[in-house]
Amino acid sequence: MRIPISWLAEYVDLPAEASIDDIHAALVKVGLEEEGSHDFDLTGPIVVGEVLSFEPEPQSNGKTIRWCQVRVAPEGQAAADGGADVRGIVCGAGNFFAGDKVVVTLPGAVLPGGFAIAARKTYGHVSDGMIASARELGLGEDHDGILRLTTLGLDPEVGTDAIALLGLDDSAVEVNVTPDRGYAFSIRGIAREYSHSTGAAFRDPADRVTPVVGTGFPVAIHDEAPIRGRVGATVFVTRVVRGVDPTVPSPAWLVARLKLAGIRSISLVVDITNYVMLEFGQPIHGYDLDALQGGIVVRRAGEGETLETLDGQTRTLDPEDLVIADDRGAIGLAGVMGGASTEIGGGTKNVLIEAANFDPVSIARTARRHKLPSEASRRFERGVDPKVAAPAAARVVELLETLAGGTADDLGSEHHEHPEAGAIMVPFGYVGGLVGVDFTPDEISSSLAEIGGSVEENAAGFVVTPPSWRPDLTDKASLAEEVARIVGYDRIPSILPVAPPGRGLTVSQLTRRRTADVLAAGGLTEVLAYPFLTEAQNAAFGSATGEVVPAIRVANPLDSQAALLRTSLVPGLIDIARRNLSRGLTDLALFEIGSVFLPEAGRAYGQDSLPLGAALPSPEALLELHAGIPPQPRHVGVLVLGNAIDKQPGQPAVPAGIADVLDTVQLLETALAVKLRVAKGQHVSLHPGRTAELFIQTPVGERSVGFAGEVLPAITHELDLPRVVAVAELDLDALIAAAGTTIDVAPISGFPAATQDLSLVVDRSVAAGEVEAAVVEGAGELLESIRLVDDYRGQGLPEESKSLTFALRFRAPDRTLTAAEASDAKLAGAARAGELYSATVRE
Amino acid sequence: MSEPIAITEQAVNDAVDAALAALETAADSATLRAVRSEHAGENSPLAAFNAAIKSLPGDQKAAAGKLVGQARARVNQAIAARETEVVALEEQARLASEAVDVTAVPTRRRPGARHPLSLLQDRIADIFVGMGWEVAEGPEVESEWFNFDALNFDADHPARAMQDTFFIDPPEAHLVLRTHTSPVQIRSLLERDLPVYVIAPGRVYRTDELDATHTPVFSQVEGIAIDKGLTMAHLRGTLEHFARQMFGEGAKIRLRPNYFPFTEPSAEMDVWQPNAKGGARWVEWGGCGMVNPNVLRAAGIDPDEYSGFAFGMGIERTLQFRNDLNDMRDMVEGDVRFSQQFGMVV
Repeated sequence: MRIPISWLAEYVDLPAEASIDDIHAALVKVGLEEEGSHDFDLTGPIVVGEVLSFEPEPQSNGKTIRWCQVRVAPEGQAAADGGADVRGIVCGAGNFFAGDKVVVTLPGAVLPGGFAIAARKTYGHVSDGMIASARELGLGEDHDGILRLTTLGLDPEVGTDAIALLGLDDSAVEVNVTPDRGYAFSIRGIAREYSHSTGAAFRDPADRVTPVVGTGFPVAIHDEAPIRGRVGATVFVTRVVRGVDPTVPSPAWLVARLKLAGIRSISLVVDITNYVMLEFGQPIHGYDLDALQGGIVVRRAGEGETLETLDGQTRTLDPEDLVIADDRGAIGLAGVMGGASTEIGGGTKNVLIEAANFDPVSIARTARRHKLPSEASRRFERGVDPKVAAPAAARVVELLETLAGGTADDLGSEHHEHPEAGAIMVPFGYVGGLVGVDFTPDEISSSLAEIGGSVEENAAGFVVTPPSWRPDLTDKASLAEEVARIVGYDRIPSILPVAPPGRGLTVSQLTRRRTADVLAAGGLTEVLAYPFLTEAQNAAFGSATGEVVPAIRVANPLDSQAALLRTSLVPGLIDIARRNLSRGLTDLALFEIGSVFLPEAGRAYGQDSLPLGAALPSPEALLELHAGIPPQPRHVGVLVLGNAIDKQPGQPAVPAGIADVLDTVQLLETALAVKLRVAKGQHVSLHPGRTAELFIQTPVGERSVGFAGEVLPAITHELDLPRVVAVAELDLDALIAAAGTTIDVAPISGFPAATQDLSLVVDRSVAAGEVEAAVVEGAGELLESIRLVDDYRGQGLPEESKSLTFALRFRAPDRTLTAAEASDAKLAGAARAGELYSATVRE
Repeated sequence: MSEPIAITEQAVNDAVDAALAALETAADSATLRAVRSEHAGENSPLAAFNAAIKSLPGDQKAAAGKLVGQARARVNQAIAARETEVVALEEQARLASEAVDVTAVPTRRRPGARHPLSLLQDRIADIFVGMGWEVAEGPEVESEWFNFDALNFDADHPARAMQDTFFIDPPEAHLVLRTHTSPVQIRSLLERDLPVYVIAPGRVYRTDELDATHTPVFSQVEGIAIDKGLTMAHLRGTLEHFARQMFGEGAKIRLRPNYFPFTEPSAEMDVWQPNAKGGARWVEWGGCGMVNPNVLRAAGIDPDEYSGFAFGMGIERTLQFRNDLNDMRDMVEGDVRFSQQFGMVV
């Protein structure tokens, strides 16, 4: 809401020295946040001039300019810039006459946009100033040539300061009006708030007029389908003004105030309705009375009914839309936008004024349905003072009479069935107990009276009836806020409450934090990608098989291509890797811990209707709410590319690949205190020979928890990535769930170890991990540790076979092992590998 | 049988002198080993003298034994002393040869880093856990009931439309990407026994295009405390304690009236940042207030028995002014250079 300061000063005592900052500071104190300020952005000298004479001079470019002699100061006096009283000025416009009073910007003036005026040579003359258009002064968008002051009804003395004359010296503050305070969308409301903040005297604009009740104009409210039981129109006031002169222009002060308030001047009648809306917060609609057919009916739209609105669009109405209709049909969308058929136009002489109060919900739905947020709907949605309709209508009548030459008619109507606000009980001690300030009873009652409430005291507390313009005050808590803000939030002391002993972070929270720390310490950089992906991205990494997994779709995405929520972290990591690569960062190791969204196939989530607010839903309804939320487990994703170790003295570069992500998987095992089984895997987007699937043991058996591998070169090529990009993704929530809460610890044996190597020859297709598992199984409890130390292929071995050498360490808990015992255990392990994988011992 | 060796003082001393002379020239372990073998070994002259003692007449044995014993002791001591010297010299030489240029700092691992937004969330969690609060979490795809209705956002109230919500398809299913972490308030109140003191950090979504000051995906931390007798004074005290941990001892809180559907009274909070670059200043930090009775009712709590406060702030914004960052995009693009400036510390 923009508030021209001169306008504000009409309704509240504003100190002459109050700056824009002071006004903002006062309004912030009562909850109206500063949004900015506005002025006409010009400086003088800008004066009234009189065109004495001019010579049209055709130019070679086809234009005709006028070489004008303009009086800019009374005869014999110096002009505002100290120069001569008559100036030669070149003007390109042709819409004025000798004798016209115009606005002259003299050398030294600066117009909006930093346009500095100076005497300059042009078209063979020295143009000593400029004759200004409304547009150049920032008063309007008019291209119709220069501003003739007679068209504004003005005939001032030559040399008069035109800045003050036209109201261009005014400025406006802009504040953010929170959605509960519809009344603050008005000068009336802001002036009242300024008064609350500073104590300055407030004058209610509603008190400056004496409403007259018009009679005889037929208005019927026929709402057969109230929304939520609330009738669409509760107040409907009409007045008729006849004989308005459509040729009378809007006065400059009105145009300037509207302009500062952010509203374009259209015509005097329309400007007056807008002016009164801004002043009172009451949207006003004006109809061309002569275009109306019969009386007015307020009703819901018929099925398929259409209406051409003022913006020229023909709209098909919804049966829930509230319309204003005459005998022919809908002539306006109530409280949102008027219709074209009864629009105030250039020939309108007789005006029907409507000041109504419409149900906020009905207006909000209609404005949203037709994507038509208007100045009127914005106010109705937030609630308009039902008692201000009649005064506002009277104010419109007054302005039409005084400015537009109209005459008020007895014809009109008045309908009031707005429910009165109920009284609210505020027990003694309640406000102080909520706000934490020892308010005196007098502070409470006077604060509530100050905001316009009527306050009575009984044995238990205060009985408060909120003012008609505050529909947001519905309970004692909202009244407590009023007391707190009127007295001032500064009064609230600072007390640190003592919470009961807490349990600290949960195991899952601790584990996730440790995981992130371990990965970062392990050389990976944490990233946080947006979860919005394309179908192709989800298809590539959402499932190992490339089968399209169901994904959640955003109904109103920012980028219609990326409307799906991620089912994998990998595409986001790839996007971020590409961004880093494009910035010359060629060695990357990234990780992300974040949610993926995994709806089950064929399942619908959410629900058609929700429980109401402000009450605990039934246990069944709560269960249904919880069940309607799709699974969104946290995953951990890893991506590496470039070099894992850079080339350096004594160290060749080590390119990153599958080994690095498998190494990272082992970091995860440490961080999470879990043991994973690494098996050969298959994944539609990963290298067929360089992919691992990761498994974990759970109480209900082993389950797959993720994969690690190198992205298919075809994909990396397509994405302008280096050939080798290795990724891994694991279900972190599943890992955390599988990890025990306590660690099983075996006693440490102090007896000597026996170490032996074991080389086994197996077919090359046999996985080392499986051979190792077989040896572990066969060797039994004496085997303390096993590590693969060599994979030899070549001379001395059969074709298609390989020799895997394991370093084994044996130890007994209770004795020194003999070499023979260790050898027996080793051979038992070899025998098991022999059974399972035809492994033979290589001597 | 060979001629018996005559054990004379001269002969023994000569053998000792020869041994000491040889030791003089032994500069490395190998030479030293040879000297030891030649002059103190089984075939050394001193060993021969020693062997010859047993053949002497009884009355000469003691004197000869003493003579030879002392000689052998002298030689062995000298060898041991020389050995210590040689080992030290050799170790010194080896160390010298093993020298590397430590200023050519080797790297075996890339520099890793946490994201500062995650680090800041962890830091905030620690501050509140230190006060006995707990950390609550909830889903990012959320029911409108938790995100709006339970928080006193009427379906037709403009406040609901002002949230710039991402809706999940189909919209009739009433699922959204949560617009704030406030739904976790409701979940916490439903799941936990009273009193409740929790914070809820996490990711939230609004339909804002990415620019220097907006991102459609950002993070918030929300706090809620429900207990008997809580007032706005406790809200201010909690915020002030929090602010001091985040911005230094001189931090303080200023409250201004505002409107949020889920609190009444509501306030906008500014924080006094005492150590800001360019001078101490007030900065808009977030919103807060006393939990609206309708929110308590939605969680089945009697507002006449319990009261409480809630607050929320953007983590990006907090990081922005805490660390004097200008461009929000740096936080979301994933450029590793950004996070690596923080490393493991925010």
